Amino acid sequence: MSQPPRSSSYTEYHPRWYRPRVSTWWWMGRWSYLKFIQREISSVFVAWFIVELLMLLHALSNGQGAFPQQAYREFLIWLRNPVVVFLNLVSLFFVVFHAVTWFNLAAAAMVVRVKGKKIPGALIAGSNYAAWIVVSAILAWALLRA
Amino acid sequence: MAETIILEVTRYSPEQDTEPHLQRYEVPLRKDWVVLDALNYVKDKLDGSLTFRWSCRMGICGSCGMMVNGEPKLTCATFLSSYAAHGVIRVQPLRYFPVIRDLVVDIGDFLSKLQSVKPWLIPKEQTQTFEGEYLQTPEQLDVYKQFSMCINCVLCYAACPVYGLDPVFIGPAAIALAQRYNMDSRDTGAQDRMDVLAQHEGIWGCTFVGDCTKACPKHVDPAGAIQQYKLTATVDRLKSLLTPWGTK
Repeated sequence: MSQPPRSSSYTEYHPRWYRPRVSTWWWMGRWSYLKFIQREISSVFVAWFIVELLMLLHALSNGQGAFPQQAYREFLIWLRNPVVVFLNLVSLFFVVFHAVTWFNLAAAAMVVRVKGKKIPGALIAGSNYAAWIVVSAILAWALLRA
Repeated sequence: MAETIILEVTRYSPEQDTEPHLQRYEVPLRKDWVVLDALNYVKDKLDGSLTFRWSCRMGICGSCGMMVNGEPKLTCATFLSSYAAHGVIRVQPLRYFPVIRDLVVDIGDFLSKLQSVKPWLIPKEQTQTFEGEYLQTPEQLDVYKQFSMCINCVLCYAACPVYGLDPVFIGPAAIALAQRYNMDSRDTGAQDRMDVLAQHEGIWGCTFVGDCTKACPKHVDPAGAIQQYKLTATVDRLKSLLTPWGTK
């Protein structure tokens, strides 16, 4: 009986396994993977808000000498630029999207038990939303009362 | 309903092939048949060389996990009739694992990772058998019961792109089973497991795609277990930073 042809790397006791490679485009093949990657990429807009906050702080700290508020005023004018307004609106959308999805996931990470009974996920997400609204209201009151 | 359906099965012979290929078989489309029944029909009637794992046929042993039309499934719980409209059912070995032959994958990597998280009870004091059982109330059981339903079928690994991209990631089932023991009132091994789990290759490798939970046939929710453990590890780290004299 003739022997079947063998691959060069095959040995009797160490058969050659097939190790599939993961494609660079792995995230294109499945809707849930694509949604995940979209969410990850949209974090760039969240980072943009942080960069903008740092720019604001930089403008505020630069005010010295004869024109103490010059840099801050220039920053405000720059903020009115339609391109920046558009970018900020897009960023706001994604920041809210990340906040909402984050709060919705909170129930998966937090298991709270009262008297041995698991509190429903909706209540945990709901309390996060309530805290968000309260903190936002306090900030709005503090910033807008003037 | 058509009387037959096409089964497109991955074939790979390490002695002869350099890479897998698909082979088509026509099998009866019976209402009460699952994919595993169709595979057994192929093996018994059409091609005895087809190799695949199975044992209990009732979703308990976790041996018959395969990719069915791209989704990780227990083939003993996946009915042919669900795919009747497609006309073709593609059965492939579980994704991200090395293929030994046809539909059989090597899960040795998972087993060694599972062992690394010490998935057994580590009681405070080892007692003798005659001293009786380690007692537990139904409420204490309820805390970890969901995670104890894991059958090690590794469908969650085949669903996890992080494991595919970064094979050192300890993976969903191993972490869920670590949590199963961490949350057990009779166990005191949480700190031992923390050393393995609170690393980048442990819980922090997880980016919460969430597909492991969707793939789990026993509703274990490994994604939830990982996120809960992230919270535990963070609190533990903060505690040790704030009270360095209090821990370890």
